[in-house]
Amino acid sequence: MLEWIRGLGRSGFGFFQTLGRSNLFLLKILVGIPAVLARPRLLVAQLFSVGVLSLPIIVVSGVFVGMVLALQGYNTLVDFGAEESLGVVVALSIVRELGPVVTGLLFAGRAGSALTAEIGLMKATEQLAGMEMMAVDPIHRVIAPRFLAGFISMPLLAAIFSAVGIYGGYFVGVGLLGVDEGAYWSQMQSKVDLYDDVYNGVIKSVVFGFVVTWIAVFEGYDTVPTSEGVSRSTTRTVVFSAFAVLGLDFVLTALMFGD
Amino acid sequence: MDGKTTKMHSSAEITAPAGSETLVKIRDLYFARGDRVIFDGVDLDIPRGKLTAIMGPSGSGKTTLLRLIGGQLTPDQGSIEVDGLQVQELGRKALYDLRRRMGMLFQSGALLTDLTVFDNVAFPLREHTDLPEAMIRDLVLMKLQAVGLRGARDLQPSELSGGMARRVALARAIALDPMMIMYDEPFTGQDPISMGVLVQLIRVLNDALGLTSIIVSHDVKETAAISDYVYVISQGKVIGQGTPEALGSTDSDRVKQFMQGLPDGPVPFHYPAPDYMEDLLNA
Repeated sequence: MLEWIRGLGRSGFGFFQTLGRSNLFLLKILVGIPAVLARPRLLVAQLFSVGVLSLPIIVVSGVFVGMVLALQGYNTLVDFGAEESLGVVVALSIVRELGPVVTGLLFAGRAGSALTAEIGLMKATEQLAGMEMMAVDPIHRVIAPRFLAGFISMPLLAAIFSAVGIYGGYFVGVGLLGVDEGAYWSQMQSKVDLYDDVYNGVIKSVVFGFVVTWIAVFEGYDTVPTSEGVSRSTTRTVVFSAFAVLGLDFVLTALMFGD
Repeated sequence: MDGKTTKMHSSAEITAPAGSETLVKIRDLYFARGDRVIFDGVDLDIPRGKLTAIMGPSGSGKTTLLRLIGGQLTPDQGSIEVDGLQVQELGRKALYDLRRRMGMLFQSGALLTDLTVFDNVAFPLREHTDLPEAMIRDLVLMKLQAVGLRGARDLQPSELSGGMARRVALARAIALDPMMIMYDEPFTGQDPISMGVLVQLIRVLNDALGLTSIIVSHDVKETAAISDYVYVISQGKVIGQGTPEALGSTDSDRVKQFMQGLPDGPVPFHYPAPDYMEDLLNA
């Protein structure tokens, strides 16, 4: 029993130590951001690696999510003779919820895990220590550009996901199921609000981008520098990011649409 | 077992470094990781312009010592002075300024895997200078020529052998013309040819560039062949120091066991265990 309480205490201390380290780490990254902006080439390389290379999975997932939404929505709406509202159902579902959330989850799996593994391996192979000894701060040179790239990429990827998702819904709803094209677009245009729906979705994707990238770079930098350590950190990135995205989604939704 | 620190002197020995001739001065160094004491009152002097070896068994904290000198770790007690500066008291900027004048060769080479050989050597120049690209090219080619790898400039680190990777890392370490270079186990895992190349390079570069070199190693023969002065550390203390020749003829059992690679001695062959017969019969 005593050992169990001791273990609990140790875990508690460990958790708060990690939380403290991650906050200090974030502070150092934020201090390093101006230096990254002064060297846009570093940022562009990471935007390509984190953002552009994530495009295929985001686009394919977006199309299929939109198609499934249209199919499911149509089957329900047609019972009430409201199939012309399909565009609104697809657009609201994607722009408010599925766009930011699914992109956040996919981004954590594709880009977040890659960031953690890359930074973790750089630590394990002494590349980060080597930079320190060359008087180059690895947080400014390696971490900050990756963090900023993730933060910028995530909302853009979510926007692309939403756009292709709506087209996926259009393809199934209008192209295959025969919903009126004009109704699909015009109902969407009249019912989807720029501030309440689109902007709130964008805010969600910005928050998810910040948190997922923070978790990914911190897990990489804080990894135990062994193969097993990097493997565990990569797993933690995906799991913690998923929890963070889903948990924050609930909180943000409650704040935005709760009243 | 001779637990005392042994100091040997011979006609070939350099005098104990002191004053401005000493680049790195370590006094009463104490450092522990958790409950494990790594250094327990270590005093060391690294003379300027010389090649000093720090030898000791695996796990004796040799790499930790280099990290302490480079300011990547902070001692629990004692002082580390490099070129007149107390490393543990330096702020971030002053520490980074000092590190620009230090080079370090990591055991793995620590080359940046997403850059070519050329870009790896150019890395510190691009980070710390505003030199035009044409001049950086010339400087990089000169450094690569010094280590014999000018022709390998376009290769990726993954295409290099272990020995070549260390030579590229050496070229990178001398890119900013540092005052000193620290070598962390430079000979580990090298074939005889790569080993011979590295041994010669380290000595030649030290003398040609007027560097101060610190080699941390447990490859006794190779390290002793090029060192001016040797410290042997074990169990947190300096157990012997002197020229390689003097250490070769030491009376200290512990130093003798290490220098001659004897399988049994003060460091026993057997890990502590209960009596062998009892252990078998109790099964």
